[in-house]
Amino acid sequence: MKITMYVNGSEHARDVEPRMLLIHFIRDELGLTGSHWGCDTSNCGACVMWLDEVPVKSCTVLAVMADGRRVTTVEGLARGTRLDPVQQGFTACHGLQCGFCTPGMMMTARWLLDHNPAPTETDVREAISGQVCRCTGYQNIVKSVLWAAAHEGDA
Amino acid sequence: MQVPAQVEYEKASSVSHALSLLARYGPEARILAGGHSLIPMMKLRLAQPEVLVDVNGLADLRFIRVAGGELRIGTLTTHAQLLDSALAAGHFAILRDAERVIADPIVREWGTVGGSLCQADPSEDLSAAFAALKGTMIIAGPGGKREVSAREFHTGPYETVVGPVEMLTEVRLPVKAGAGTAYVKVSRRAGDWPVGAAGAALWLDRAGVITDAGIGLTALGAQHFVAAEAEDYLRGRRPGPEAFAEAGAIAAANCRPAADQRGPEDYKRHLAGELTRRALAVAARRAGWGEGTGLGERTP
Repeated sequence: MKITMYVNGSEHARDVEPRMLLIHFIRDELGLTGSHWGCDTSNCGACVMWLDEVPVKSCTVLAVMADGRRVTTVEGLARGTRLDPVQQGFTACHGLQCGFCTPGMMMTARWLLDHNPAPTETDVREAISGQVCRCTGYQNIVKSVLWAAAHEGDA
Repeated sequence: MQVPAQVEYEKASSVSHALSLLARYGPEARILAGGHSLIPMMKLRLAQPEVLVDVNGLADLRFIRVAGGELRIGTLTTHAQLLDSALAAGHFAILRDAERVIADPIVREWGTVGGSLCQADPSEDLSAAFAALKGTMIIAGPGGKREVSAREFHTGPYETVVGPVEMLTEVRLPVKAGAGTAYVKVSRRAGDWPVGAAGAALWLDRAGVITDAGIGLTALGAQHFVAAEAEDYLRGRRPGPEAFAEAGAIAAANCRPAADQRGPEDYKRHLAGELTRRALAVAARRAGWGEGTGLGERTP
């Protein structure tokens, strides 16, 4: 089936099997390997990207369901060489160790801050409650997102 | 690596188009809404549809409104939309209670009310909530629409009355004065299916007598998700700790929980009683039943 997607601002047309999952389309067809393919069961959230402006666990939607829609992956967070405040926060607060969960965590964090610019620690923990990190114990991830909230709009 | 088996895919542009696609492709066609139940089932080959009929474009099935003395919820409404609806929570706090603990924030953005109901997992929360509220399901088919009680919607685990050329389009919940509702769930970790959960709806008259009660149980082996014997016990009584404890005991005695990886049978039966008691206490308070009754419950 022929589909067209607008990924991080670029148009991509491909002919895919309807059963292809969005995560595989993004990684294997488009070569955007920033989004990670983790548990495959919509539990871990390593594959979270945005479909239009809404985060989705991309192992649990078909690529054909994204036909004609905008997709934003972790590669689309930075503006040129300028990292998003969320990315800066993960750097400043050591928000990752192995980095496997990081792309999904960042996409959810950006979405949270777009809707709630001044989240509490509880808000952050609730937002990432559907995502798994096996390294950090979440502590530094939460700090990173709160750092980003405090530094939004910094030059 | 888990991927679905080969499948064909069609986008529906309206309810009647969806029904005609279901009729054309036969019983091996399945409706695809948010996909957050169906696609995992397809990966595991527990579902192997030959054709998916994608209904995500049917924006007219995404609504929450009051009409005809009912709160009406379109089945493409997502869990997040129901959670965020002040209108829904204003009438039935049980819906916000339940949605807060369904899956996780990301999944709630995509999973739909209709998808959850039609998946008919015995551990699915909304089925018990709608049963407690004595809702009505609206099912569209080739001959028009029919109504089925929420309490007759499920025919067994993963089975509903929705036929192969039918589609659940709406849930209707009767709005009556004096209502208070609540949902209480125990799960092992954030976002998990429940070990057990109870939903309660109480309707009080001006004298404070219970005119009607609805009790739904999730994942606890209650027939049609309902604790009917406990409802019968409460009708005509006054709210109070003793009445709620007795209703809980009746609910626990009449459900048939099965031991699984989430807990043994006796623990689940304990939960049936205790969660019923707690849900009733919160529901009663929300219905305006007196403060200072010593239950130690606070309205969230």
